[in-house]
Order: sequence, then C-alpha cells, then structure tokens
Amino acid sequence: MSKVTITIDGMQISADEGMTVLEAAQAHGLYIPNLCNHPDLKPAGLCRVCVVKMDDWKVTVSCKQPVKDGMVISTEDPEVQKIRRNTVELIVADHPMTCLTCEADGNCELQRVAHYVGVTPEGLNRYRRKIRNIPMDRSNPFFDIDHSKCILCGICVRTCDELQNINAIDYAQRGVTSLISTLGNKPIADSRCESCGECVVRCPVAALAPKGAQEPMYEVKSICSYCGVGCGVMLGVRGQKVVSVEGDRNNPVNKGSLCVKGRYGYKFINHPERLSTPLIKKNGTLEEASWDEALDLIAEKFSGSKGDKFAALASARITNEDNYLIQKFTRAVMGTNNIDHCARL
Amino acid sequence: MTNSIAEIGGAATILAIGTNTTQAPPVLALQAKKAAREGANLIVANPKEIDLCRHATIHLQHRPGTDVALVMGMIKVIVDAGLADMDFINSRCENYDAFVDSLSEFDLPSVEKITGVPGELIGKAAKMYASEGPSSILYCMGITQHCHGTDNVWSLSNLALVTGNLGKANAGVNPLRGQNNVQGSCDMGALPDVYPGYQKVAKPENKLKFETAWGVSLSDQEGLTHSEIFDDIHDGKITSLYLIGENPYLSEANANHAIESMNRLDFLVVQDIFLTETAELADVVLPAASFAEKNGTFSNTERRIQRVRKAIDSPGEALPDWQITAAIAQKMGAKGFDFDDESQIMHEIASVTPSYGGISYDRLEGGGLQWPCPSPDHPGTPTLHLGKFGTPSGKAQFMPLSFRDSAELPDDEYPFLLTTDRSLFHYHTGSMTRRVDGLEQLDSEEFLKINPKDAASLGLEDNEVVQIASRRGQTQAKTKVTKICPPGLVSMTFHFAESPTNVLTSPALDPVAKIPETKVCAVKLEKA
Ligand code: SF4
Ligand code: SF4
Ligand code: SF4
Ligand code: FES
Repeated sequence: MSKVTITIDGMQISADEGMTVLEAAQAHGLYIPNLCNHPDLKPAGLCRVCVVKMDDWKVTVSCKQPVKDGMVISTEDPEVQKIRRNTVELIVADHPMTCLTCEADGNCELQRVAHYVGVTPEGLNRYRRKIRNIPMDRSNPFFDIDHSKCILCGICVRTCDELQNINAIDYAQRGVTSLISTLGNKPIADSRCESCGECVVRCPVAALAPKGAQEPMYEVKSICSYCGVGCGVMLGVRGQKVVSVEGDRNNPVNKGSLCVKGRYGYKFINHPERLSTPLIKKNGTLEEASWDEALDLIAEKFSGSKGDKFAALASARITNEDNYLIQKFTRAVMGTNNIDHCARL
Repeated sequence: MTNSIAEIGGAATILAIGTNTTQAPPVLALQAKKAAREGANLIVANPKEIDLCRHATIHLQHRPGTDVALVMGMIKVIVDAGLADMDFINSRCENYDAFVDSLSEFDLPSVEKITGVPGELIGKAAKMYASEGPSSILYCMGITQHCHGTDNVWSLSNLALVTGNLGKANAGVNPLRGQNNVQGSCDMGALPDVYPGYQKVAKPENKLKFETAWGVSLSDQEGLTHSEIFDDIHDGKITSLYLIGENPYLSEANANHAIESMNRLDFLVVQDIFLTETAELADVVLPAASFAEKNGTFSNTERRIQRVRKAIDSPGEALPDWQITAAIAQKMGAKGFDFDDESQIMHEIASVTPSYGGISYDRLEGGGLQWPCPSPDHPGTPTLHLGKFGTPSGKAQFMPLSFRDSAELPDDEYPFLLTTDRSLFHYHTGSMTRRVDGLEQLDSEEFLKINPKDAASLGLEDNEVVQIASRRGQTQAKTKVTKICPPGLVSMTFHFAESPTNVLTSPALDPVAKIPETKVCAVKLEKA
C-alpha cells in the first residue's frame, strides 16, 4: 500500500492511501472529536462533529475525507471551532443531564466530545429544549433502550445492517421526532432482533445499555464454551464471579463479534445449582459425600469391571487435556476401547 | 473444516446445505452473510425456509433425507455440461470413471421427483457452483444425522472434487462442528476406533506405540460407539459407565431406550457441572469445574487450538475434569496420571499425536494454531490438502453412490415427517442456557413448527398444545404455525426437558458413522 504524508495542526504524519483523515489521525493517536464514526463501520458523516479545515479553505468532515499527499488539515481553525461547538451544543442541549447515574458515565463519547469542545451552560441555554419523553424499551432481557439519551448517530442501525445483516432496527419518523425503532415500532423483544448485543457495545452513549451491568475488576482472555466457532472472549471478573463477557477483538476467529449465547449466556457459571461436592446414592437418594469416599467407591467398582464390561463417554464440552486423560484412563487403566462422546448428536 | 472460517468470506459461491447457520453457529454465519452482501452467490439447500434464505441467491428446498439425490443430480449437470475440472480430476483424484457410471440414475427428472426441487433450479445452482468459484460448501447436522449420513458427506466431497474446489483457498468442504470442543474430543481420541490424532486402534504399530508411551498393554479390539454402548448396557454386557458432561437422557435419539439402559447399569458415574436429568440416575455424581474455572485448550471447527484460561475458582469442591480422572486412576494404582498442570498434559499429547506435535502453551499465546502442526517450528495449517490429500496414495477418492430412502418415512398412520433443529438462544439439552434467565425469557418452551395448511387440516391454531407421537414415544408442545415448514414437514428443537423431542426420534444408524437419524422420523399429531 502506498503511503502519503499529510499535516495535521502543523504535525507531519504518514498515512496509507485510502484512509480517511480521521483514521490517519487516530492511527497516530491524535484525537479529532467524533460521534458517529466507528472503526468497524463505513463512515456515515452524520453528526458533523468531526469537522476540520482542509488546505486552509474547505471545511469538511474528517471521517469521510480521504487523505491526499501534501494535504494540510487544521482541527483548531476558528471557523471549525465555531461549527463544532454549535453542533455539540445542539446535541448536548437535547440530552438528559443525569451523567452520575448513567451506565455510560466515564465511558461516554458524548461526555468526551463535550469536554473537549468545552460546552458551557450559557451555550446550552441558547438551545435548551424540553428533553423528549419517550418511554424506555425494557423488553429485551439483556439490554434497555433509552431513547431520551439517543444522539441518533446511527451506529446501532449500521451495526445491525452492515455487520450483522439482521436489520432489526432503523430510523423512524422525521425531524425532531426521529428515533431508532423496530419494524412497526414494536418492542425490540418482538422484533427480529437476535439479541447479539453488537449494537449495544458500540452505542457511544447509554441509549443502548446492558441491564444491570457491573464493571469488572479485571478481565481474563479465554474462549467461549458454547459452540464450535470458538470465539475469543474476555471474561470480566469481580471477586469469584463472572460479571461480563466481551468479544476479544484480537482473536482471529471472531475479531470481537459474539452471539447472544456467548455474550449474555454466562450466568450459568455462578448459578446456585452448580454441583459443589461429590454425591453418592444411598437408599435411592443422592447424598453429599467426601472426595475420598467417592473415589474409594469408584476405584473399587471400576476395578471390578475392567475390560469390555466398562465404557466411558467423554464430552465435546470439556478441554482437550480432559478428553485426553479420559481416553487414556479408559484404554490404559480399564483395558478397553469403549470410549466415545456425543460428537454425533 | 478443510478451510478456515475467514476463508468463507472470500468464496465466490457458498453452498450451505443442512445447516441453519444463523441459529448455530451464528458468528460464523456472519461470514456467509457478509460474502453474500458483497456479491457472492449463496445457495441454501434446506427443507425449511430458514433465516439464511433471506440472504440467498437460490434456495433449494429439497425433501429431508434426499441430499444424495440433490447433490449427485447437481454433479451430473456439471459433468454433462462439460464443467468438470478435468485437470484437477486427472492429477489429484482417483476412481472417477466408476463414479461417473454411478451418475446415470441421477438424471434431472428423477432427481426432481425424489427431491421435490424443480430440475431447472438444480441445474442453475449446479452451474453456479461449478463455474463461479472458488466455491465453499458448509454443512452441519442436517447432512450427518441420517441413516445415510456418510453417503451425504461423500456426495459433497464428490461435488467439491469434480469442480476442483478442494485443496485451495476460499473453497473446501466445511463441516461446522456444533459443540465447542467436538473437534478436540475427536482429535484426542475420545473415539472407539482411534487413538489421539486418528491413529487407528486396528493397526498393530499404533497399539505398540501407545503401549510403549503409556507403559501398559492395550486392547487390540476396537471399542463400541455411543449408540452401541447403550445397546450393550441394555443387554447387560456393559455394567459400568463413566459419563462426563453429557445428558443422554435428553440428547440421545430414542431416549427412552437410553434411560432404560442406564437404569440397568450396576454402576453409573456422572461427572458434570449441574445435576442433569442423567446425573439423577447415577450412583456417584462428581462435581466438575466449568470452562471459566480451568485452564486448557479447545479446538474449534477450523482446527484451531486455542487457550482456555481460568478466571475464577470453582464452587465448593468441584475440580477440573482431568484432575478427577487422574485421581480415579491414581486411586486404582495406575501410573502416568501424575500431572502438575494442564501444560504437562499438552506436552504428552504433543509427544504422541503427530498433528499436535508442535503445540505447546507458549506457542498458543497469540491467536492459537491450526493443526496439522507437526513440529515446534511449523506455523499451522489454515487450509488442508493444498498439494496432496491425506490418503495413502495422496489422491482423493471419488465415491460412487446410489440414493437410499430414510429409514422411516411418513405413512397413513404417522403422516408427518418430523425433523429437528436448534434455537439460537439455547444450547443442546439446555443444562446451561436454560439456567440463564434472559435466554429462558427469550425462548422458554418447545414449539412444533407446522405449515398453515397442515395446521388448518388438523384444526390447530397457532400456540395451541398438540400431542406428537411416533412409533417410539410421545410428547406435547405448542404449535407455531409458520410457512418456514413446507406442508407435510414439522420441526422441533430438543432443548426442553418438558417436551423431550428425542423420545420421538429414530434410532436408525448410519452404518459407518453410527449417527442416529434424528433428522427424519414419522409422527402423528393430535390436538391435546
Ligand atoms: S441508540 Fe446509541 S448507537 Fe443507536 S443511534 Fe442512538 S446513540 Fe447512536
Ligand atoms: S442486538 Fe443485534 S440483532 Fe438486535 S438490534 Fe442490536 S445488532 Fe441488531
Ligand atoms: S459467541 Fe456464539 S458463535 Fe461464538 S463460540 Fe460462542 S456460541 Fe459460538
Ligand atoms: S464522525 Fe464524522 S460526521 Fe460523525
């Protein structure tokens, strides 16, 4: 790929041909405020927050502007500042001021943009309108939709379309009544939504927010335990509990994508019905027992049924190491090849 | 899979047959949908109008169990139209002439009669697959769970070979393995006829190799398969069963037989994370760690070995499965089970399994490795069969085939054909997903999907309880009246203990793979 050199606020950087100005800046760790851009999606140019001045004359949106060799970009030109401030103030003026109790607090692109631009109470008062009072859609068991927080960036719509090809949601209505909606404006749980949560993880504010989300203490890189795709996951841990699952963007298989089971189907792990001690059947009922008791009984019984009186069924759910030892046990200790698993079911 | 998941996105034509890909496995379906969006042809062959059809160029809605006729019909069109890749066939395949002879029964009018698909559409799909490559075949249980499942797979392999779509990038024959580590359990030799790495038990040199490695003498008899094990238990020949992480009470075809068998055992040990329906039958239940509580590796459907890492402690005294098995072995006085951790087990796996020879935990820190990976400096193998095939001659075999009916077809008494599928929101017998409230909320009970015409003829409304009976058992579920099913075909999942679908399904086995025919059986329906 051929390289070009552009200048952003006096700094020369190199970029790949075909990149946008915003991408080139981000590749060098330079922040240009933006709201409707997402690296996984095609640029939409909707929010106009990412405006810059190009070659000292043209104001353009950096998320759609391809780089050209020798291009000179200013992000702090007075005209750019003025447009950007107005745009951001218009969006913020419409937004509920409930930041401290909001799921996205500290992790919100709108906060970041507002801080960067320096939104003031005076500025907002010029635009302040009544916050729209649309009831929240709480129908999905895993996430809520709070339309009053929505900035209409369309990232969710494009995610569901471009990445998932499901098209469960779209814009509905026009002008100030615009909102994100399902076909026929039904609750999302009654739409064709597959609850993958891909839109939720990309929403820059908390208009789409996971229900009862807990911030993990730390994350552990692992693999989803459901299906054979083997998506990379980051298990979010708090104490001895898994409280979240995120897609591992560095995993070559799923590059961050997950389905509903992988992302939200983790509550079985800390389920109260998990088995926690061995059980031995006595007089027809299973009773708690110690490991020693259980192992002694098994060793005695298995020793008496070596050879073809014995069979083991391993599992497609457990690790390679687990399976290896079970077949080794069956063959080397029990003396039979009666070992299979549920591959066929 | 012969090729990698990422290669699906690069195919020019995708044939998705016997796979309800957007329901399982959904993240892989993203690749197929993306390819279709970017202009690839997507041919969906499925008796039902599944969700993937929304993205399809062509939907071949063949009758369940007629895959061999459909695919061989496609091949005949390709050969007759001169679209066979003769260079590939001559240089890399064997047995082509005998195979071509077997095509004569698959003329389009006959195939149309068997499959119910218009011949013209079959012809169009065949030519598309043959001439607009690279073409990739995706298949799943809709192909394998038949009494002629092996023939179904052979037919797909024939199709790929005749058009040279094997052993090259973005093509291939790609079974989508359902469960997270089904690939790995096979690789590890949790199979009755092979040691780890598919080394045949029947070959004396393999037996000798493992006797030497493990320091014991081994049986030279191949073992029994899953269904045969239950038969032998039933007949009193097998008296002890060690069952790990599996719930045959719900998953086994003709489940009543499996339950009866387990009740006859002298000694049943079940090792699991929950007290499943099967565990309730056990003499001893052992508490196992979940994936979040242990270290190890899973091998995915594209043969990629990836690291699973411990995130939390297990509840109470639960232990990783390997530690439990090792403890039993040691109690019985066996040697060779004293591992300190999982990486030592992988070390032993690598030493006896040629395709895993180059695998060690250090090397899996990045994105994992795809086997064959025979040595520590080998980069892994994303695409199989590139220069040659894994057969003794290095060439691929064409397999002459003839069409056989499913074991049990509808008749006057049992007039509907029942097929099974899966829900996006549940996994297998639901022992995990049904304990996740949200998933349960999204999908909480079994539905019998039925065509509006059939529902009307039986006087059934949507959402009405219906009694479903086969020759083997009966159950109830609510109806979902939907055109997804063509007339005559009804469909259920098997996730719900309240409506145990597998009491209905047929135990007819594929003679080679010993897979039961859970995709086709005859049932009758009555308003409950
Ligand atoms: S819901 Fe979120 S992602 Fe969707 S348009 Fe609103 S702010 Fe953007
Ligand atoms: S959760 Fe997934 S399917 Fe549902 S709207 Fe969001 S992206 Fe679309
Ligand atoms: S996230 Fe979904 S597609 Fe990925 S491995 Fe898990 S179950 Fe399979
Ligand atoms: S980020 Fe460029 S217009 Fe929104």
